[in-house]
Amino acid sequence: MSSKRREALAAYGFLLPNFVGFLAFTSIPVIVSLVMAFTHYNIFKSPSWVGLENFQSLMGFHHESGRLVPNDPFFWQYVYNTIFMMTGIPLGMAGSLFVALMMNQKLRGIVIYRTIYFLPSVCSGVALLILWKYLYNADIGLINSVIRAAGEHIFSNIVTGILFTILCSIIFGLIVVGIVAALLALIQFLCEKLRISWREGLYKACVIAAGAVIFITLAVLGPREHAIISMFFANPPDWLGTVQWAKPSLILMGLWGGLGGYNMILYLAALQGVPTSYYEAAEIDGAGPWAKFWAVTWPMISPTTFFILVMSVIGGFQGGFMTANVMTQGGPAGSTMTVEYYLYQTAFLKFNMGYASAIAWFLFVVIFVLTLMTWKLGGRVVTYE
Amino acid sequence: MNKMRSSTKIALYIILSLGAISMLIPFLWMAVTSIKQPDEVFAPGGGIQWLPQHFVWRDTVINGTKVRAWWGNYPDAWNEINILRLYLSSIFVAVVGTFGQVLTSSMAAYAFARLQFPGRDKLFFGYLATMMIPGSVTMIPVFVIMKHLHWINTYQALIIPGLFSAYGTFMLRQFFMGLPDDLEDAAKIDGSGYIGIWARVILPLSKPALATLTTFTFMGFWGSYMWPLIVTITDSMRTLPIGLSYFVGQHATNYTQLMAGSMIALIPVLLLFIFNQRYFVEGIKLSGMGGK
Repeated sequence: MSSKRREALAAYGFLLPNFVGFLAFTSIPVIVSLVMAFTHYNIFKSPSWVGLENFQSLMGFHHESGRLVPNDPFFWQYVYNTIFMMTGIPLGMAGSLFVALMMNQKLRGIVIYRTIYFLPSVCSGVALLILWKYLYNADIGLINSVIRAAGEHIFSNIVTGILFTILCSIIFGLIVVGIVAALLALIQFLCEKLRISWREGLYKACVIAAGAVIFITLAVLGPREHAIISMFFANPPDWLGTVQWAKPSLILMGLWGGLGGYNMILYLAALQGVPTSYYEAAEIDGAGPWAKFWAVTWPMISPTTFFILVMSVIGGFQGGFMTANVMTQGGPAGSTMTVEYYLYQTAFLKFNMGYASAIAWFLFVVIFVLTLMTWKLGGRVVTYE
Repeated sequence: MNKMRSSTKIALYIILSLGAISMLIPFLWMAVTSIKQPDEVFAPGGGIQWLPQHFVWRDTVINGTKVRAWWGNYPDAWNEINILRLYLSSIFVAVVGTFGQVLTSSMAAYAFARLQFPGRDKLFFGYLATMMIPGSVTMIPVFVIMKHLHWINTYQALIIPGLFSAYGTFMLRQFFMGLPDDLEDAAKIDGSGYIGIWARVILPLSKPALATLTTFTFMGFWGSYMWPLIVTITDSMRTLPIGLSYFVGQHATNYTQLMAGSMIALIPVLLLFIFNQRYFVEGIKLSGMGGK
């Protein structure tokens, strides 16, 4: 036997175990899943072909007394929930970058901080979700205990109460202005990259105008804010038990857990890879820390930002099952149900495998299209060395 | 960056410490609640009651013998959900699954990185393409396969579908490609076969990559939730996350015991992390190379 053939045979031998598993648990199931999406199948009886019916009843709309109504209103509600939960992604990325920038400083004892910040990521899982379920508990939870205790101290005195209201309003106003400014910056950035002209000074004018409107509104509504804030502190909400607070609560928990986790380490590695000579060159040009960040650091770490964003969006679309299953069971009123939870419910509680496969393929297509789009856009906005 | 002003340094320490406190407080609250008595979780007057007012010595059972202890929630939780059994199941599944996945991945990666054979690049591209397929797509058919093999509620169902990873193959291949040729050539001259080269040259040279893949795979099996929930039916087959989630479902108001149970579940993982954090950090950095 020639040595070439021996090498090829050896290669196939090495590949065999992995390849068989790959066929049995990835390639063939993908095809089976696609076929299943066109059938009714409850695993007890053999499947029956129904054509596009699953997709139609999942994503389609019909007319009902002159209005367009989705065939499966739950599905679209859960898609909305899933996307809502993903607003935590940019916030978490900004937080992780901020932490990474601090961790990148040469400080003594930084490893201890890194260990502490990473703790939530390493114990992510059911135990941590149980912990948060009780942190958020309306009666015994730590969060509400702190809010009530703080409220008692602050609002027992009218002066501290008013001062606190003003402070809260200013912080709230700054956050809103910050969000507006970030959105405008994003628009400006995209305009520049797509070569759409953007007049000099327009950005500043927009931010100042938005800030003025927001703060004047807050000042006018002062007394009402005082009432709302004091009510909130006297009687904090049942975080996971009310429709409007459940999703933000889960997002906040995710931010806490992700702040110093995988993304932070990725950012830290990227920051450590930026050559110091670039910073020195920027310093010679007279750049301050802020200018250095936007001119050197931000473009140099853009591949990492892009990578984290793509991975988070892919993960976000098919996430949320474990969290909701342990903490809220999808409730209240389906407000924490995600697409993945719906898939689980359809496939493994109702045994409606065909319909569930249609949901899975919806996820697949969305993820595929999003990845392609970000890849295309990424080629334009990401700076590679 | 070395010439930082001391005022900046102090500000950094303050911000970092505030963050660290907010990271630690939930764990602290958990630890404190886990040794309280049920009537102590409510603070009198509505304030925050951190420490237990008094340590209540009460009867509890350890290994069938009665013991008086103030940390009775721990043995109670241990007995209530049979945590030992859940631990052993989880460890067994994670150890066997991790070993198998690293083995099959390293074999396939060796073939892709170091051997010439017809169709290599096409096959590798096929592997890469499947990394985009979301787990939810393959989950239902794999469940049906398990059902037909009568593997539901067995260790096979928990372990075998997780043994084959395109990601692990990809990561190890990238690492193997970067290894120098000379040692491999020397082993060939000494008469080593392909298995010998893989086992005695490639694998020993790839310890960092193997360690990180092992860490990640182990964490994946250990934290896996949806799949074990789907394929296990009886208490005896459940892994730790599933057992804990059933515990919450059944004892939602028994806060102190729940916190004790969660503490028992967390502590070994925490210790493992604190002593092996190098692998975590390096592993994350390696996995991020995909972005470059």
